[in-house]
Amino acid sequence: MIEFRSVTKQFPDGTVAVEGFDLVIPPRKTTVLVGSSGCGKTTLLRMINRMIDPTSGSILIDGEDTGGLAPVKLRRRIGYVMQNSGLLPHRKVVDNVATVPVLNGVPKKEARAHALELLDTVGLDRSLADKYPRQLSGGQQQRVGVARGLAADPNILLMDEPFGAVDPIVRAELQQETIRLQEGLGKTVVFVTHDIDEAFLLGHQVVILQKGGHIAQVGTPAEILARPADDFVATFIGADKGKRVLRIQNVDGRDVVVDENGTPTGVLQS
Amino acid sequence: MNLFVEGFAWIFDPANYSGGQGWIVRLLEQLAYTFGATAIALLIAVPLGYLVGHTGRGRDLAVSFSGGFRALPSLGVLILLGLGLGIGFKAPLLTFVIIAIPPILAGAYAGFEAVDRKTIDAARAVGMTEWQVVTRVEIPLGLPLLIGGIRSSLLQVVATATLAAYVSGGALGVFIFDAFATRNYPEALGASILVTALALVLEGIFALLQKLVVPRGVVAKELKDVRQRSSRPLAAAGVPAQEGK
Repeated sequence: MIEFRSVTKQFPDGTVAVEGFDLVIPPRKTTVLVGSSGCGKTTLLRMINRMIDPTSGSILIDGEDTGGLAPVKLRRRIGYVMQNSGLLPHRKVVDNVATVPVLNGVPKKEARAHALELLDTVGLDRSLADKYPRQLSGGQQQRVGVARGLAADPNILLMDEPFGAVDPIVRAELQQETIRLQEGLGKTVVFVTHDIDEAFLLGHQVVILQKGGHIAQVGTPAEILARPADDFVATFIGADKGKRVLRIQNVDGRDVVVDENGTPTGVLQS
Repeated sequence: MNLFVEGFAWIFDPANYSGGQGWIVRLLEQLAYTFGATAIALLIAVPLGYLVGHTGRGRDLAVSFSGGFRALPSLGVLILLGLGLGIGFKAPLLTFVIIAIPPILAGAYAGFEAVDRKTIDAARAVGMTEWQVVTRVEIPLGLPLLIGGIRSSLLQVVATATLAAYVSGGALGVFIFDAFATRNYPEALGASILVTALALVLEGIFALLQKLVVPRGVVAKELKDVRQRSSRPLAAAGVPAQEGK
């Protein structure tokens, strides 16, 4: 469990990225922080592994205040996956995946063997192990990034817009893979995105953020869809334009579901 | 053309290359100056350049230093130092160290600066200490530019080392200064050919070395970048290409 307790972050240039933020992130679930750029979502994410320190307030992981922990040690037990993978270009795929265990003092041979298993886990062929990141496609690099995030078997996995730079088809694949991994491994995933559809797809808990890290609404995707808290949320999820509205039409005695444009999307089962 | 033949004849005359006054010994002196000065410059400039490159502090100073010191006239510095240190090898060596520092300094900090900020951020985010970021990310990725700087230092010093003879410091310049005094042009030309050949050989070796140290995995793209963007301006002026930003 990760808890934010009245966390405020003001950057040296005076920008207040986050103000009085409170949130409980449940364990072994995916929580998605979603909002437009400048809402402080990445700042919030990076405060969990102390890449950014809050100006005031505290962040607790399983009841322990992270402010009292050494940042480097903390980061090594939290997986981190970023946009554009952030792999080391001069190291082979297998060594990139093994980075954190090697930092933690695991013998290189052992770490590499485990890294190969992780390539299986994220759905990559082992033949890619000896390639360099540049020789891989964007989607493959992102998978390697996820494997690296999982390498030290952390309880928490932070994902900062990890699929922002890949094409829609690969993106859909990676999203499904993320769901599969999260369910299979039972990690606490904190995911940042500006894409509300991605948020609804991945999140058990979705946090919609407004400028300054103010929470517009927290809830399950169903709760948010059922009752948008205010106009901002309704606009953000597209409910105001009827985007989320489905209707039932009776065709030859069966209930056919149509979307806002009247396009049939499926048949309702009774 | 005749003069060239005489120049080569001078080079291949055993009386000229053998013995304590022969050009083989002088050539070794030239090499000793080159590698000695470059080695000392490395000890000074690499840690300094890495510090500037890693922290970003003192960058403007380093830029103007490496640019400004390039403009120093080597002969003037040599004579000035010669006046203080007397004749012999000390003044030339110090002069060549001063000449060798700027390109190495520029190569060291430009190499660090050329590393993608996202790569460094990711290295930190997965739990590398600052020291590990330097040794495992910045140094290997910055190596091509550093080698480029060293290469350009070596070339400059190997050519300039000819001046050592001006303050009785030996090396190949001895023949050239002597030859001008006695109007022995074949000797002057022969010695000049030797200096040129030495520089070309060193350049060749280091061009090869520079290729070898580019981390694999960045070869395809970065090497091209290094050449276009950095090695050329670096070799010519000792100023990293990003200076203008």
